[in-house]
Amino acid sequence: MWGGGTRPAELKKIAEVAEKYGVKYVHVTGGQRIGLYGLKKEQLPGICKYLEEAGFVSGHAYGKALRTVKTCVGKEWCRFGTQDSTHLGMTMEKLTWGSWTPHKFKMAVSGCPRNCAEATIKDLGVVCVDSGYEIHVGGNGGVKVRATDFLVHVKSEEEVLEYVAAFMQLYRENAHYLERTAPWIERVGLAWVKEQVVEDEDRRKALAERFREAQKYAQQDPWKEMAENEAKRVEFQPLKVVTS
Amino acid sequence: MSNDWIEVGSIDDIPRRGARVVRTAEGDIAVFRTAEDRIFALRDKCPHKGGPLSQGIVHGTKVACPLHDWKIQLDTGEAVAPDEGCAATFPVRLDGQTIYLSVQPDAGCPNRG
Repeated sequence: MWGGGTRPAELKKIAEVAEKYGVKYVHVTGGQRIGLYGLKKEQLPGICKYLEEAGFVSGHAYGKALRTVKTCVGKEWCRFGTQDSTHLGMTMEKLTWGSWTPHKFKMAVSGCPRNCAEATIKDLGVVCVDSGYEIHVGGNGGVKVRATDFLVHVKSEEEVLEYVAAFMQLYRENAHYLERTAPWIERVGLAWVKEQVVEDEDRRKALAERFREAQKYAQQDPWKEMAENEAKRVEFQPLKVVTS
Repeated sequence: MSNDWIEVGSIDDIPRRGARVVRTAEGDIAVFRTAEDRIFALRDKCPHKGGPLSQGIVHGTKVACPLHDWKIQLDTGEAVAPDEGCAATFPVRLDGQTIYLSVQPDAGCPNRG
């Protein structure tokens, strides 16, 4: 559910699938998604095909990859909202889904500094303000909590997207495998990160361009591919059932 | 104890560095195919907490249990030190492209079911 938002038609599809396949437990996840639990491996090709036809994309919750972009409801529905956080969050997620990263990468957009989307414990968090968007990086809400460092303030959604692409690309090109952005920034220093993406406009644009180029090829949903490929679907069944 | 060999499928039915499951009344058997096309069979149950070894990543002739990453040797069924424990091994052979399996586990590991 892009940016944590959904529509009745989508929810109906999820409910249909859950009933049809006998899902044991439905959970609203911390990533603003819906998790369906208690299925058997043999059921996955059918369920994935159903969801894929309904327009869903696998949430990549298993990957060293972009995970989610969480949002709060923002200016459209909240009296404190300064910007359209839901629209920005959805756009960020559509830009970055499917990208592989040194370790999982989580983002959020909060519509004001009250920070209901908890953007300041994310790898990249946007906090909207009256004058635009504050971009924060290197947060972590896991075993070792780290609040983000402030990176830069920008005025437009386009600039936010450029920084998102550039920062993710810098992380991908530089960090060690299994290094979240929090220990990475502790190791390389925020000052260096700022040099690369804030102070050096040409470098930022080049990084962002490389990210976008890679995304042309990277936005593949392996569950969609599996659902569409008969040979792959077969692998989900037991090789043989011995009855004697 | 004699082995009744059952034909379970072709080597191409198993993805390289992966496994497929043979379901029996006594439990699932994981049939593994290594990168070098060697075939092994283990009880599909990690000695640690019963995780499905068939869903693990095969590396060399070991598999990593997807639950807590215990490494189990495919030839002996033994966990790699410092972990201790085993999954029963099953006789399995290749005849050309066809895989034959016995559902009677090899002696040696008490975790047969």
